Amino acid sequence: MLTEKIATEKESELIKLSEALQGVCRKKLGRSLAIREVDAGSCNGCELEIHALNNPFYDIERFGIRFVASPRHADLLLVTGPVTKNMSEALKRTYDCTPIPKWVVAVGDCAAGCGVFRQSYAVMSGGVSDVVPVDLWIYGCPPSPIDLLRGLILLMEQ
Amino acid sequence: MKKLELSPHFTEEAIEIEAGKRKKYWSLEKVSEERWIELSKEIASGKWTLFGLWGSPQKVNMVLLDESQSKLQVIELETPLGKFPSVAIEVPSAARLERTIHDLFGLIPEGSFDNRPWLDHGKWQLRFPLGNILPPDEQKPYPFFLSEGENLHQIPVGPVHAGIIEPGHFRFTMGGEIVVRMEERLGYTHKGIEKLFFEASIERGAEIAARISGDATVAYSYAYALAVEEAMGITPSPRAVWLRALMAEMERMANHFGDIGAICNDAAFPRILSRCAVLREKILRFSKDFFGHRLMMGSIVPGGLKVDLSKEGKENLYRLLEEINEELCSIKYFYDSKNSLQDRTVGTGVLNARSAKLFGAGGFIGRASGRNFDARKCFAYPPYDKLSFESPLLEAGDVNARVWIRILEIEQSSFLIEQILNNLPSGSTLSVIKESKVCGQGLAVVESFRGDILLWIEIEKGKISRCHPRDPSWFQWPLLEKVIVGAVVADFPLCNKSFNCSYSGHDL
Repeated sequence: MLTEKIATEKESELIKLSEALQGVCRKKLGRSLAIREVDAGSCNGCELEIHALNNPFYDIERFGIRFVASPRHADLLLVTGPVTKNMSEALKRTYDCTPIPKWVVAVGDCAAGCGVFRQSYAVMSGGVSDVVPVDLWIYGCPPSPIDLLRGLILLMEQ
Repeated sequence: MKKLELSPHFTEEAIEIEAGKRKKYWSLEKVSEERWIELSKEIASGKWTLFGLWGSPQKVNMVLLDESQSKLQVIELETPLGKFPSVAIEVPSAARLERTIHDLFGLIPEGSFDNRPWLDHGKWQLRFPLGNILPPDEQKPYPFFLSEGENLHQIPVGPVHAGIIEPGHFRFTMGGEIVVRMEERLGYTHKGIEKLFFEASIERGAEIAARISGDATVAYSYAYALAVEEAMGITPSPRAVWLRALMAEMERMANHFGDIGAICNDAAFPRILSRCAVLREKILRFSKDFFGHRLMMGSIVPGGLKVDLSKEGKENLYRLLEEINEELCSIKYFYDSKNSLQDRTVGTGVLNARSAKLFGAGGFIGRASGRNFDARKCFAYPPYDKLSFESPLLEAGDVNARVWIRILEIEQSSFLIEQILNNLPSGSTLSVIKESKVCGQGLAVVESFRGDILLWIEIEKGKISRCHPRDPSWFQWPLLEKVIVGAVVADFPLCNKSFNCSYSGHDL
């Protein structure tokens, strides 16, 4: 965790959000949340913000939330991008081999089906929900790390 | 903060450039098939470097770079019979570009030896989306080139990768732990961007351009704005001309910090990742606070900028630069002093100078292998013609050299931003467009953090009739296949991260 001299408003909101998320995950899963990220054709903007969740400012690993290498180890799929037709099979297969209980979060406007690429021949018209069932949409282009955390808490509290 | 000197270019030309008009460094030539073939051979002989190759419904275009003259030659060939002479038979870097022209437009590169589809995975439910659209063909498995022999096995990686990264497929042929062959298959993030540009309004075009590759959003918007301004005869505001470069340099620094951290983390040294990630986050937070968006997406538009830098922002930026300059010293020390880290990066993934030159590899990849090309120096688009900076050049071509180039470029970017802050013209950042042409052609080259972006635009009746963005990765991806041969497979993530090619910018 990054030590800052004065706790800024951002930092205290961040602490509250992260602790809330940790509490909720332990209650629901009995352990911390394992996330598998899938880029279904995004521009990479959303990936940059998801990466930021692991930096010393946000540092979600201190709450046990970790990104895993295999969907077989995951509880939650974080999907970005409009789901290009070239990626739809890979996304479906990744979802299928994630063991239950599992959740899918569509990150970003593209994944929600309202991004700039939505009318293209090369993408699924409705975003991620055209391919796999979605539990939560986090809008933004791209959504900031705080938006991502807020979204994850909302999902786990359901 | 001491006031830094500008390079003394106070001629008539420079004053015109001051007003935002840039020197034209390209010209268009319509050619016959014979001349097209002759030019392909001239590229192979080293007279030119291939800089771009794309199709349109009725023609193909090629851009040739004359490095000695810092000029570009745009070549146009009509394709009434739906075919054009293959450039790839002479120039290897044209191979995938030609396969893409066929995938999208249905134009056939005559004589080419590799006729496999590239971006078309058979999933679009149609063929040739930008040409004469045909129904889909029978889906066949993609034929990777094989290496056969005793004790060889394949490792398929992707498209979903282990980390938080874009999708692509890498087919390794292994002899034990050593990579015998690696072949890429890309196109997973193809979003049909070039078709979305057809008949789009200028505003919609700007929205799309900003999202071609999110990590280079400023550079792409910059190139789009410059090309549209040239095509429509629009002069951007002087303040915007300088602030655009400031934003581009901030993007360069933020990405370089991200890359240096990621490379060191992959070599099992996360301490540098933490320090770099903090600096990257500070740059992003500054961008959000003073430019309205963490990645500065959508800030640069034809005519200028949608945002401005306040006095408070300027002061904060000076402070941020001081912090960055200080931190950079300790990052350099840590990187250089750890034997285990040096052991992983020195001598790994060596790209020799000849290959870098042959493919016209730009950015830190080319400059780490002795290829001295930087669009900011070569074409000196404003305000870089007035700024004093170096473009670092190294010869070793290994992962270590690519890390050092990034460190040195961060130093230069910091220096550039200081100069820009010291000499920022006043005024508004968005020029009022009184008149503009409704038809025209424009070409822009901008040095993004990973290399030169080429953007070509044709405007008709105030709308885009053709827009082709060429990502620097087209001339970098194939070289990754080359550098990994003979290395251990565990060095692949290191090489891949040191290249950091764009998937989305490449696939369009």
